Amino acid sequence: MAQAQETGELAVIIGLEVHVQLETDTKIFCGCSTAAADEPNTNTCPVCLGLPGALPVLNEGAVEAAVKVGKAIDATIPERTRFHRKNYYYPDLPKNFQISQYDAPICQDGRLEFSVGDERRTVGIRRAHLEEDPGSLKHKGGSIDTAEYTLVDYNRAGTPLLEIVTDPDFRDAAEVRAFLAKLEEVLEYLGVFDAGRDGSLRVDANLSVVAESEVGADGSVDADVLEAANRTEVKNISSHKGAEKALAYEAQRQKNAIERGRAVQQETRHWDESRGITVSMRSKEEEKDYRYYREADLPPLEVADWKEEIDIPELPDARRERFREEYGLDVEAADKLTATKQVADFYEELAAEFDADLAATWVADNLLGELNYRDMQVTDIDGRLDEVKRLVELVAAEEITAKNARETVLRSMLDDGRDPDTVVAEEGLGKTTGDEVQQAVEAAIEENPGAVEDYHAGEDGAINFLVGQVMQKTGGSADPGDVNQLLREALE
Amino acid sequence: MSETPVDPDQVRHVASLARVSLDEEEVTEFTEQFADILGYFETLDEVPEVEREPELTNVMRPDEGRAGLSQEEALQNAPDTEDGHFKGPRVS
Amino acid sequence: MDYNAYVTEERIEGAEEGRLAGRTVAVKDNISTAGVRTTCGSAMLADYVPPYDATVVERLKEAGATIPGKTNMDEFGMGTTTETSAFGPVENPAAEGYVPGGSSGGSAAVVAAGDADMALGSDTGGSVRCPAAFCGVVGIKPTYGLVSRYGLIAYANSLEQIGPIAPTVEEAAELLEVIAGPDERDATTRDASEALGDGEATAITGDVTDEDGGYDFVSAADGDVDGMEIGVPTELLDGADDAVVEQFWAAIDDLEAAGASYHEVTLPSLEHAVEAYYVIATSEASSNLARFDGVRYGVSGGYDGDWNEAFARAREEGFGPEVKRRVLLGTFALSAGYQDKYYKKAQDARAWVKQDFDEALGAADVLASPTMPVPPLERGESLDDPLQMYLADANTTPVNLANLPAISVPAGETGDDRPVGLQFVGPAFGERAVIRAGSALG
Repeated sequence: MAQAQETGELAVIIGLEVHVQLETDTKIFCGCSTAAADEPNTNTCPVCLGLPGALPVLNEGAVEAAVKVGKAIDATIPERTRFHRKNYYYPDLPKNFQISQYDAPICQDGRLEFSVGDERRTVGIRRAHLEEDPGSLKHKGGSIDTAEYTLVDYNRAGTPLLEIVTDPDFRDAAEVRAFLAKLEEVLEYLGVFDAGRDGSLRVDANLSVVAESEVGADGSVDADVLEAANRTEVKNISSHKGAEKALAYEAQRQKNAIERGRAVQQETRHWDESRGITVSMRSKEEEKDYRYYREADLPPLEVADWKEEIDIPELPDARRERFREEYGLDVEAADKLTATKQVADFYEELAAEFDADLAATWVADNLLGELNYRDMQVTDIDGRLDEVKRLVELVAAEEITAKNARETVLRSMLDDGRDPDTVVAEEGLGKTTGDEVQQAVEAAIEENPGAVEDYHAGEDGAINFLVGQVMQKTGGSADPGDVNQLLREALE
Repeated sequence: MSETPVDPDQVRHVASLARVSLDEEEVTEFTEQFADILGYFETLDEVPEVEREPELTNVMRPDEGRAGLSQEEALQNAPDTEDGHFKGPRVS
Repeated sequence: MDYNAYVTEERIEGAEEGRLAGRTVAVKDNISTAGVRTTCGSAMLADYVPPYDATVVERLKEAGATIPGKTNMDEFGMGTTTETSAFGPVENPAAEGYVPGGSSGGSAAVVAAGDADMALGSDTGGSVRCPAAFCGVVGIKPTYGLVSRYGLIAYANSLEQIGPIAPTVEEAAELLEVIAGPDERDATTRDASEALGDGEATAITGDVTDEDGGYDFVSAADGDVDGMEIGVPTELLDGADDAVVEQFWAAIDDLEAAGASYHEVTLPSLEHAVEAYYVIATSEASSNLARFDGVRYGVSGGYDGDWNEAFARAREEGFGPEVKRRVLLGTFALSAGYQDKYYKKAQDARAWVKQDFDEALGAADVLASPTMPVPPLERGESLDDPLQMYLADANTTPVNLANLPAISVPAGETGDDRPVGLQFVGPAFGERAVIRAGSALG
């Protein structure tokens, strides 16, 4: 195999196995809640605890979620799909087998298109299948490899997982990150995924390094070359940013080894986020003989027609396109406004009632800007979007200035939780009446003869000074445009 | 007798896959018995290929909650617990 | 006399009223009873107390039955003689010094001795029918899917069913009515009338539901076999003990006298039934018993070494030799390089057996055979040679492979007073047919 000898260019080949927790109310094989719990082992029952005699019964919601994903990634849903047992021993597995899918997964041969910088890429999704999440482990008395014993919590055991397996189509770590971000976006649009939930996304990556010459012009690599190349499996990646860092590190590690004439081991490595390195998993290379065989407790599924019947919402890319056309938005604005389904829905709600540009400014620039600055998400003000709408209403009706609206009202809403009408009343932000402005204009002119002289001498900029004076007198609640106009008229 | 020589190493390998530790006496005993039993299973080779149609399909339950166990009930049979967790051996 | 039929004698009272009120139903110790120890006859679960009731136990309690205790059994259901129990062997009340059959030996013994009115057993490869035959009582293995397995501690989940054991066919039918019916907690259960479809009420079968919508098995126990056609698979008579065969034909004579007719039929697939059964059952067992690692329940393996070592220690200590043997065989049959040869071929054999039975039942109302090819064995006789013991299941295992219902009824005794049983096998959800046939023999 070319690896150890090549001093030519090296290429990286990456494939992913992404485990996604599906947002159902109950677990995949029992009626226990999937909600996060404060105490360990409080969301369990005989089934998810693996008590002797318990039996699994499939959650329809999990199947629906999987079909939605299949539809969104253009996958085939076969005539018949069934569950298998994957047999291995580990304390987080209540039954010491995991109910999963083997040769008849619920989704096959899909694809996902995404952008990396300016480029559009498409990655093949070989399959996606349903399985149950194991429990969670705490290693006590040390880290995973030095612990004395393990504490186990089965609250998570039985949460529905969709394992999404890609073709080895990635050629660098940045692509992986972009893909994962896009995948999260699509899943979130479908309503089957919550990126904010701890552990909702887990990635195992397979990475190998081959000679650049083995990679075709279209990016393809011969199956034999792939087979022959030693690949490492990198585990413990839990975010798309983490994926980029982990795989950039691992690719470099492998390249370095090869360039120094050392062979790369085929092994499993653990991504240590805090140290920024991958570590070889010392665990003895146990024969991974999972002895897959059909799960007799679960009758097979015939749900191919569900793909036709199930509705999925407009997906992010399509929505983005439509926003640009329908609302005349530029690329950047369209992107921001479709970042999440919630934001996009909110934008359209505003655009339906008010001017589309105003709505765009308010959501893309003002709201998202202020949230971002405070490290907040739209989900953090989940129940208060109608207040934001009220604020926009006030601006549209010209009852307050845009500047006050953003700088005072919106910020107060976010910082101290007051609603817009309260802030306007308490801060006296209602637009100053015409008379008050007129008086302030006259007073400013009287008090600042120097500026008036400059203006008449041709220094147009002097008007700004006067505008400032008027704004001060009106406590900032006059409209600067109006003030400018009034001053010019008064100085004629 | 049997055409399938099952040797002690295979028995040990299977015992390790099954997480059942065997002493040497058991390894010898099982090797002998397996040779007989697996020899008997050989005649399965003669069976023609027959596909079965399952009768039941699409058995599912709605995504609705059901009462489960309390933490105490969940832990009640555990040989060892700590802070509401099950206590088990280390994993490396 | 103490037959050692109970592992735990602890009364569980049912509802005040119900059709089983005032009667006792013993429950095999692999069926979960909330708050009452459930051991499966194993040291691994010697202290295990389930926090939930099996569905069948719930139904017994609702029907007003009293459960006097949990009956002794071959460890995890693996055995034909109830001699592999960690709690000692069970005596046969109908034949002293001989085994009561297995694995539901304790359940059959309490009924034969009159210690309980009825009992529940479980049947994976004959474990209700064999002890019923050896103890001279009635046992029914229902169609796969008729009775819920929720709470039955699994040995081979694609083969097993919980079934009633009682002194008479009518009582067994009554107990079956109480426990049968779909359960939302067991995805493999089906409603019998839905499975049979419309127009399945034949003169022999009758309607499986009564006016109230429950099942009606009891009215089939009327002994009326006039016009019934019985198929006798020759493979299940060949190689059977002479004394057993003699009793079998005597019983067939009685049935003929009552108006039934019989014909011989050959089912070539039956030659492979025992291997297929053992490959499938041990494979499933190796997976179903994997959960016993000492973390959530059971014998602990301590903290020396890593989890692989600890688990192996727990299982070494908790499992008896027969269980270890079957777990290892099953692991082997599923393992890489061997699964196609063993497990997959066994599934083909299973499908073939099912085909053969379906065909034979197309030309007969029921099939008949001796329940066991041998009369009750002497205690200790079978333990040295596991393969010999497996072969004793030749008549019962095909029925589990085919998912069909069967009943074992007493059919006389051998010259030295050992009970012999006769088995009737019916079409899927054809419990009424086998109950009717069985009831003709008293």
